[in-house]
Amino acid sequence: MTTTGTRYVGTALDRVDALQKVTGRARYAYENNPRDLVYAYPVQSTIARGEIIHVGVDGVLKQPGVIAAIWHGNAPRLAPSDDAELAVLQSRRVAYRGQYIAVVVAETYEDAREAAGLLQIEYAAEEHDVELLAGHPRMYRPEHVNPNLPTDLQQGDPDAALAAAPVTVDATYSTPAEHNNPMEPHATVAVWDGDGLTLYDSTQGASALRMVVAPLFGMPPAQVRVISPYVGGGFGAKGRAHPHVVLAALAAKQVGRPVKLAVTRRQMFAVTGYRTPTIQRVRLGAEADGRLVAITHDAYEQSSTLSEFAEQSTVATRIMYAAPHRRTTHRLVRLDVPTPSWMRAPGEAPGMFALESAMDELASACGVDPVELRIRNDPAVDPETGMPFSSRNLVACLREGALRFGWSGRDPEPGIRRRGRMLVGTGVAASTYPVYRAASMASARAEPDGGYTVRIAAADIGTGARTILTQIAADALRTSPGMVEVEIGDSELPRASLAGGSMGSASWGTAVVRACEMLVEELERRGGVVPPTGLESIADTKQEIRDQAKFARHAFGAQFAEVGVDVDSGETRVLRLLGVFAAGRILNPKTARSQFVGGMTMGLSMALLEESIMDREFGDYLNHDLAQYHIPANADIRDIQAYWVDEDDPHLNPMGSKGIGEIGIVGTAAAIANAVHHATGVRIRDLPIRLDKLVR
Amino acid sequence: MRPFSYERASTPRAAVDSAVAVADAMYLGGGTNLVDLMRLGVVSPGTLVDVTRVAGDTVEETPGGGLRVGAAVRNGDLAAHPLVRRRYPMLAQAVLSGASGQIRNMATVGGNLLQRTRCSYFQDVTKPCNKRSPGSGCPARTGDHRNLAILGHSDSCVATHPSDMAVALAALGTVVHVEGREGPKSVPMPGLHRLPGDRPDRDTVLEPGDLITAVELPALPFAARSRYRKVRDRASFSFAVVSVAAALEVSDGVVRDCRIALGAVAHVPWRAEAAEAALRGAPATEAEFARAADIELARARPLPLNGFKVPLARNVLIRVLADLVEMR
Amino acid sequence: MTQGDAAPARITADLRLSVNGRRHPVTVDNRETLLDTLRERLDLTGSKKGCDHGQCGACTVLVDGRRVKSCLTLTVTVDDRDITTVEGLAKDGIPHPLQEAFIEYDALQCGYCTPGQLCSAVGMLAEAADGWPSAVTPDIGAELGPMKLDDDEIRERMSGNLCRCGAYPGIVAAIGEVAR
Repeated sequence: MTTTGTRYVGTALDRVDALQKVTGRARYAYENNPRDLVYAYPVQSTIARGEIIHVGVDGVLKQPGVIAAIWHGNAPRLAPSDDAELAVLQSRRVAYRGQYIAVVVAETYEDAREAAGLLQIEYAAEEHDVELLAGHPRMYRPEHVNPNLPTDLQQGDPDAALAAAPVTVDATYSTPAEHNNPMEPHATVAVWDGDGLTLYDSTQGASALRMVVAPLFGMPPAQVRVISPYVGGGFGAKGRAHPHVVLAALAAKQVGRPVKLAVTRRQMFAVTGYRTPTIQRVRLGAEADGRLVAITHDAYEQSSTLSEFAEQSTVATRIMYAAPHRRTTHRLVRLDVPTPSWMRAPGEAPGMFALESAMDELASACGVDPVELRIRNDPAVDPETGMPFSSRNLVACLREGALRFGWSGRDPEPGIRRRGRMLVGTGVAASTYPVYRAASMASARAEPDGGYTVRIAAADIGTGARTILTQIAADALRTSPGMVEVEIGDSELPRASLAGGSMGSASWGTAVVRACEMLVEELERRGGVVPPTGLESIADTKQEIRDQAKFARHAFGAQFAEVGVDVDSGETRVLRLLGVFAAGRILNPKTARSQFVGGMTMGLSMALLEESIMDREFGDYLNHDLAQYHIPANADIRDIQAYWVDEDDPHLNPMGSKGIGEIGIVGTAAAIANAVHHATGVRIRDLPIRLDKLVR
Repeated sequence: MRPFSYERASTPRAAVDSAVAVADAMYLGGGTNLVDLMRLGVVSPGTLVDVTRVAGDTVEETPGGGLRVGAAVRNGDLAAHPLVRRRYPMLAQAVLSGASGQIRNMATVGGNLLQRTRCSYFQDVTKPCNKRSPGSGCPARTGDHRNLAILGHSDSCVATHPSDMAVALAALGTVVHVEGREGPKSVPMPGLHRLPGDRPDRDTVLEPGDLITAVELPALPFAARSRYRKVRDRASFSFAVVSVAAALEVSDGVVRDCRIALGAVAHVPWRAEAAEAALRGAPATEAEFARAADIELARARPLPLNGFKVPLARNVLIRVLADLVEMR
Repeated sequence: MTQGDAAPARITADLRLSVNGRRHPVTVDNRETLLDTLRERLDLTGSKKGCDHGQCGACTVLVDGRRVKSCLTLTVTVDDRDITTVEGLAKDGIPHPLQEAFIEYDALQCGYCTPGQLCSAVGMLAEAADGWPSAVTPDIGAELGPMKLDDDEIRERMSGNLCRCGAYPGIVAAIGEVAR
């Protein structure tokens, strides 16, 4: 019945859902059409701070097709929530421009949209404050930073060490607000059936979403079902419950019919999260040979007045390099802005731009090769805690990358290489991402027909999770992937952790392996006979994860970039990008390469293109569409290569894997900025690197 | 989007008659800009008159070596046309550097000329904009204007014209044929588009009901050596930060004639007449190109965030002209 | 065509829309885009709404064989055209070579831009076969004939289809294999 000895984990299996996706049969959230459905179109505030004085709905209700206009005056009451963002239509207060203040429900999308534009709102606007400044008088020290990390850490006396250091770098870097912009806009179809609520939603976590939504409507979680088999990208934006989910559920409850709600691309810039802008000061003190004696990294960030989200921008600095004197801090100011949230590698992505740019500046200051500088400062143990690393292969990545990229013999002199009308340069930066794992459940079922079904409320947002779990299950069941059906994306399935923090494969894979092992054991006990009703085992990894040994667990990588800067226009194009990663065992080289390359592509985008521009007068992100907010087009991506070094780490999980979804974006922007400096002699410390900063 | 009636016209005359019969009609070409503006609430026509099926989807040679391009010719077909590519390479390049393949398959020549600015404030009906809502104010002056005008702007409007194609047409000196309320007429380019002054709501000199039926490209043999260079933040599928269309006739090291226009610097595709005048008869050297660029850009009045466009336009203009000399 | 004065009520038209070789009788609101008609009325949800402003390409379909954005196409304007969506690319249950190549080269991750990429690629290859140049074609004045597409040409010609997952290298490789 089973094929023993064959190992599928580690092989380049095609995506198991690829045919569904290329034929258009994969059905995403908004593509579910329950009978009798109606369309909801949200109305957003046009002030950034103040109160709603009056909502004029009469004209709207006379519009053709309109069923309801719902606002704080007539909305169903919700139970209190920890997250003020989810108290949708519960108050007359406006906390940011673009906040939902009403929703119009109509028979067709066109009717709902047109009517929503006719709603009369009167405000008492108050003066707003939407500008992040490092010296803002309301800067404060948050209790902890995302996800639950210490806000500040210090060892030794960094100020004294910096004062005494032979070589120092002291520079301030900034990164702009950036929006995740998955290609599929957030969407929810909400259906009430008796006491229960079904949500077809585009989410990174069906289990988590129902835990958040159910109490708002005074229900136990079991009465809410979240169905989400296909998700058109998330990059963190679909991790937390955003207010449109509540808005859809509330509207459906009010009108007594299924409601469809899609957040428009333009609306997404206010209501689905974004990466906070950051201002970061990095100070490095080193001996003449580049050996670090002191590192400080201080970050200034924003959150909304509704909800605290403190991005962990300096935490990567805590583990990157050895130095006896060190300090990392985070400060936050609450502004009249939309609430920031997770965006691919929150903390690491902006933080490593600053640290790895500073390391490049230090390399120049010491006259040490930037690859060698990083090797010289590689710590033997976690410099903050003294804990051993479960594995750390940054040096191997740097060496392998330098070899593949052709780094040796590089002339460090900036601004001297011409190719036609281009100045050309190369740069390097290190990359890292922590290894997380969260408790999950999974079931494995032997079917009477000889096949297996594995169930877990995981999410495949494009990562390849559905494929990898199939491979993992096939190995654990000693069968082939074709015999295994993996069901994910439904909160009715065994509870699973979020697709976030690059921990999906590790968390879900552990649960799947354990469920499969139990099933195999049970089948062996029964002499391999599957009862006519099938046989099922369920695993819960809570205990296993709680008991795991203490190690500093991180993935590392090295990114190399070659750029060309047009001498006339200042246009920067990335000619080559090469990354080498050490991320445990690679479960599927095909999907893994796509993850690394995708992360690096987003890093290139962060380096050159992305910036959400705050309109100070009106208090919203001004460039709120994909013509103005640039993400890379195909022509921007010329030559991106991802490699990995083999890593055999027994301290991770049954698969030996580290997460790979986020590390690709980390360090990329610094590698590119460092290459731009090498090409032009101009050090750009504020992203993105646009031509107006280079044209002369 | 407000409900509207939809009509399909079969001749230019019938289209104009339909359009003037009601107060709030608009012509629909490829729809790539108009449908979007309707969705944004920037315009709300009560009637759409579809003019994509009126005669005028051909490119024909005119006596003397020019071309007459029907207003309904799709951008993709225009750029692919062998005579356009051979006689006016900068026009083909300009069209191909605009938007994307899909949009070029939809967008028409007439519609491309009449597309509206992509200024963020113009496109957001929750904010003031003198162009969209006369007298409401221009927040771009004190807000974000990184990619707005450095030439010819007014206190009331700092928008730029977004078209690439129009820059090449302005450089070439095109005649725009129009079917108007009173019958056919023609408008020269430059001259079709207007500077904002105190009426930024009017992008062009066209009157209500006017329908562009064709553009006529003059015979200009030296335009066979011409070039369009577009500078942009993203490598493709984005609007220009600055662009240059130029044709240059050089013999014995001297500029005999030239045509130059700049894009993304003004409310109109900016014909660089001062630079052209400075260059005619001058040595075809980078120093002279720089002098001409400086003469043209002496009139620039950059805003706080777009001063970089002055050296950018200067550099790119010099480079395009130098490249044209090298092509010989 | 339904005619009428400007009125607050929706104005509709009865069409027989030709999609993937089949005629679909359908009554549409004049305001409706082809994308919404396909997705909301015909249950052809393969075409995706990524931005609804013509800025991402996820909605790309073929109209009379040419790639266009269905989010900027009013349905009433294409009642006499032949429309092909991603659902119509496979023939007799056999996937289109581009669909096969996308799977082989992992030219997709979340899959949301994929149908638009595929329709765009089909249209793009037809344009190249017709000798259409692109912004990166070196000698634009030359007679081209059917174009040979190198990677730079494919990248430029496919730049109207954004992919946030970053599957571009796979997309270029997959199209390149089919093109060459």
